[in-house]
Amino acid sequence: MNTIQALKIVSKTHPGMVRSHNEDSVSVDASVGLVVLADGMGGYNAGEVASGIAISVTTTEIARRLKFESAAAKANKNSQDNAEILLRNNIQKANSSIYHASQSQPQYAGMGTTIVAGLFYDNRVAVAHIGDSRMYRLRGEKLTTVTRDHSLLQEQIDSGLISVADARFSKNKNLVTRAVGIDPNVEPEIHVYPVQIGDVYLLCSDGLNDMVEDADIESALYAMQGNLPLAAEQLIQMANDNGGRDNVSVILVKITADFAEPKSWWAKFLSVFK
Amino acid sequence: MAAKLILSIDGVQVKEYPLVKERITIGRKSSNDIVIDNLGVSGEHAAIVTILQDSFLEDLDSTNGLSVNGVPAKKHFLQNSDEIEIGKHTLKYVTDQVSQTTAEDFEKTLVLRGPVKQVAPVIEVADHASTLVQTQVLSADKARSITTDITDKLPPPALPQAAVVQILTGPNAGKELELLKNLTTLGKPGVQVAVLARRPSGYFITYVEGSTFPAVNGQLLNDQPRQLNDHDVIELAGVKMEFFLKV
Repeated sequence: MNTIQALKIVSKTHPGMVRSHNEDSVSVDASVGLVVLADGMGGYNAGEVASGIAISVTTTEIARRLKFESAAAKANKNSQDNAEILLRNNIQKANSSIYHASQSQPQYAGMGTTIVAGLFYDNRVAVAHIGDSRMYRLRGEKLTTVTRDHSLLQEQIDSGLISVADARFSKNKNLVTRAVGIDPNVEPEIHVYPVQIGDVYLLCSDGLNDMVEDADIESALYAMQGNLPLAAEQLIQMANDNGGRDNVSVILVKITADFAEPKSWWAKFLSVFK
Repeated sequence: MAAKLILSIDGVQVKEYPLVKERITIGRKSSNDIVIDNLGVSGEHAAIVTILQDSFLEDLDSTNGLSVNGVPAKKHFLQNSDEIEIGKHTLKYVTDQVSQTTAEDFEKTLVLRGPVKQVAPVIEVADHASTLVQTQVLSADKARSITTDITDKLPPPALPQAAVVQILTGPNAGKELELLKNLTTLGKPGVQVAVLARRPSGYFITYVEGSTFPAVNGQLLNDQPRQLNDHDVIELAGVKMEFFLKV
């Protein structure tokens, strides 16, 4: 079964209640199993420009590679390495294109963006992220964070300065320690996890998780997993009801079927002897 | 404006100290930033570490200890108008950066860069900072050098009046379900689900999934949320229940 049939994907973005424009960008492509979300930053419209470049570079490049490359190369994407390489290379490509735009155009100086991307393939998901946009996973009734923010607050949590429960009262929430487009080079954090049928993956910008407690995200996702568009709507509404101080974006991916890549007769033959 | 500490003795204001340094110390010795010349105060009694907008109070193993708002504390994440008591002296922490409540400082996501890489590019950014972008730089290592824990809680956001759903028919008739959470699920996920959402503007029922739509006062819901009024009767999968507000 391919990713179009196996994945149910919904995305939604909203400027929030305070800001006049939306600096978040989202993109989903079920045919290659790729979802990407970016939260831009920078003066005037530079934030939108940065997140827009990040999304378009990563999605078009990865989709092009996966769609039009020879079968041999495509089969190769099922190796864990190749998914990681695709994500890493293309996020770095996005990084240099944002960095060069900000170097050459004064109105874009200092712009940057966070990014979180999920590439679903062969019953697995490769997750790449930079900054404080997150991926969560709902499995059964439990919501867990898949990514760990690259932020000052996360570092403070790690060092024991602030407990997780009290972190929401910190005033230093909005400081990321890594971003796309700020430096000539950037290293995305990439991990690969096996997926299970019934899992719901949530990618979101900090406009959601700063405004809505994880427990509320969990109960909304659990209750509404049968109706993803409504779940996305509900998450954004909860963020806006709590003040909606930032742009809010969510992507929901539900695994509805097995999507293991068919193995060649040779691979099957070899696996008998393993 | 930077946060500040206001020192008072027996309720009389003595002096104000702006928290302009990353670390300031409080004690009896003259080497401290805030000197309190009293025998009940240890030579180096306490320190306040400020990381951008957040300030943390730490007791430096003083003999007589200290308390915050009447509660003895070793380490404390300072919140606006906290009162630090050291013997007869009170230091009031005042900041106009109200936690999360001003839209101004809340939203702008800024990039924080490690001290190693910042030399060349940061100067470049700083040139533009005044007109184009806000970028703050801080050594991330500073964050690791201190530890504290937090005891304060902010008040929860405004909530509507408490409400209850009472089941009218079926085996559970008479049972009451208090709507204590922001989202209360009726039914079973995967089969038939409606949710009751508690929002600042009131309570809403929304159809999520299932073969039949729930009804309110005999009227079938569509896929839009519907606000509930006092004594509305909800019907879901053959079970009737009444929604009412608590007085």
